[in-house]
Amino acid sequence: MNIVLTIAQLTIRESQRRRILWIGLFMGLAFLTVFGLGFHYIILEFERFPDAHIPVREIALALQIAGLYVVYFLTVMLGILIAVAALSGEIDSHIIESIVTKPIRRAEIILGKWLGFAVIIALYTLLLAGGTSLIVYLRSGFVTPNLGYGLLIIFWQGVIAMTLTIIGGTRLSTLANGGLAFMLYGIGFIGGWVEQIGALFRNETAVDLGILSSLIMPVDVLWRHIIMLLTPASMLDSGFDGPVIFVVVSRPSEAMLLYAVFYVFALLLGAVWSFTTRDF
Amino acid sequence: MLAIDTVGLRKEFGEKVAVADLTLKVQQGEIFGFLGPNGAGKTTSVKMLLGLTRPTSGRATLLDHPLGDRLSRAKMGFLPEHFRFQEWLRADEFLDLHGRLYGMSQQARAAAIPDLLELVGLGKRAATKLGAFSKGMLQRIGLAQALLNSPRLVFLDEPTSGLDPVGRRLVRDIIHGLREEGTTVFLNSHLLGEVELTCDRVAFIREGVVVETLDLHDTHTEQVHVTLRVGQPTPELLVALEQFGREVAMDDGRGRVSLTLPDESHLPGLAHWLTHNGHTLYELTPRTLSLEDRFMQIIGDHSGDT
Repeated sequence: MNIVLTIAQLTIRESQRRRILWIGLFMGLAFLTVFGLGFHYIILEFERFPDAHIPVREIALALQIAGLYVVYFLTVMLGILIAVAALSGEIDSHIIESIVTKPIRRAEIILGKWLGFAVIIALYTLLLAGGTSLIVYLRSGFVTPNLGYGLLIIFWQGVIAMTLTIIGGTRLSTLANGGLAFMLYGIGFIGGWVEQIGALFRNETAVDLGILSSLIMPVDVLWRHIIMLLTPASMLDSGFDGPVIFVVVSRPSEAMLLYAVFYVFALLLGAVWSFTTRDF
Repeated sequence: MLAIDTVGLRKEFGEKVAVADLTLKVQQGEIFGFLGPNGAGKTTSVKMLLGLTRPTSGRATLLDHPLGDRLSRAKMGFLPEHFRFQEWLRADEFLDLHGRLYGMSQQARAAAIPDLLELVGLGKRAATKLGAFSKGMLQRIGLAQALLNSPRLVFLDEPTSGLDPVGRRLVRDIIHGLREEGTTVFLNSHLLGEVELTCDRVAFIREGVVVETLDLHDTHTEQVHVTLRVGQPTPELLVALEQFGREVAMDDGRGRVSLTLPDESHLPGLAHWLTHNGHTLYELTPRTLSLEDRFMQIIGDHSGDT
């Protein structure tokens, strides 16, 4: 366990020294500033017309989910970008040779890097998604239900992307690995839309295709879970399946949440196996 | 005890055979050189010994433990040929990281790191990031990390390739110091002069097979190159000299004849035969073959391209 923690610390320190953490923090604050100003002025506009048919809490929810959508996207991008060169870069540069010849297990290297990246993604999710929710609460008094659960799922989306990138890095070059991770994200994303539109037109083939793509890359399906979780039950009961542009037509199965957990651990096991059995 | 004992280690990459038969015995405490042309399988052999690459077949023990065992790796050090390290780490942080990977306690690391930085001439660079290091300094800090755990077996892959003459001298002195402590050093180098000055024994690998092992201290059994100057050398003399050695040849226009004897014990017999067969002997100069000469004899024209 000591070696796993040593590698995790090294991974976090590298992100810090290479200014990845600081740029993430700075740009995260810039994102929150833009979101906060936008949210303030939109709410201000609605407050000027108290007789409007749309309640403020619906607007607050729509804007919060829009903000979290961007956070989810950025978290997935972060998960891919921080991990893309973590192994392949060290293999290409031969840095890895002086590490794996030490009296440690190769699995400890994988687990240490995974843990270090997971901590970075957690901090990033907390800053952006937590900050977004805090802004919404401070300005409108609105708090979405299941907020902690929702943030956890956003964090897990980043972890999925990161773990997928780690397993690719055990065998692929940095460029090929990055390309693969982004393309898989694209498949999951477009598959989600195909499923939604298929459900709208009751086309089972399209729905099945969407489910299949979610099995390959379960990030978009988790996003739909987040929408369902954050939308108050009273709004769902009134036939509201998400705010305006984020309406959920095909409600995701609860089993997908379990699948997403197993998906990560299966990938992690695969990464350990792939890294342990490869030659340098 | 043998530090390295390999029998028939073989590595295939698809249909390509990188190492056909690596059979080696390296004694504890000796400085062992590993020589061969490019593409002969040296790097793959070293990688197999270090557990970086899995052999296709064969067996080996390092420090009495099976190949790749963590117990043997705990007593081993390794300076890679490509000495690229985390450039965002400071020199002392880099050594501390590797000390932790060796499982050393904080006290042991705190005691060893300043001493090792001094040993490799980087005592005043502890707080400098590796990104600001020159190639030679990186090679020296790499050597320091290979010695952190007071290893019993050290693999040095081209340890002086990036060093100036002062740095080479320093590395040579460190290797001699390791020998005095009983540490085995496995040296992979193209610099035959360095190997000759440093090693006790060398092995030659050609086309993935260890073709010969030489004891560099055993001068009695070494081949001797001899230059003769006699009055009126004749073609018959050249033929007659072949009974003593090989590669008999006449130097153009100088009246000198050269030949290679199997070892120095043949020298008195050669001198006696010349004088008793009517040849006036003006000069007989023996010269032990340099390692480069031996390398060329053994490896010949088999140098690879990679």
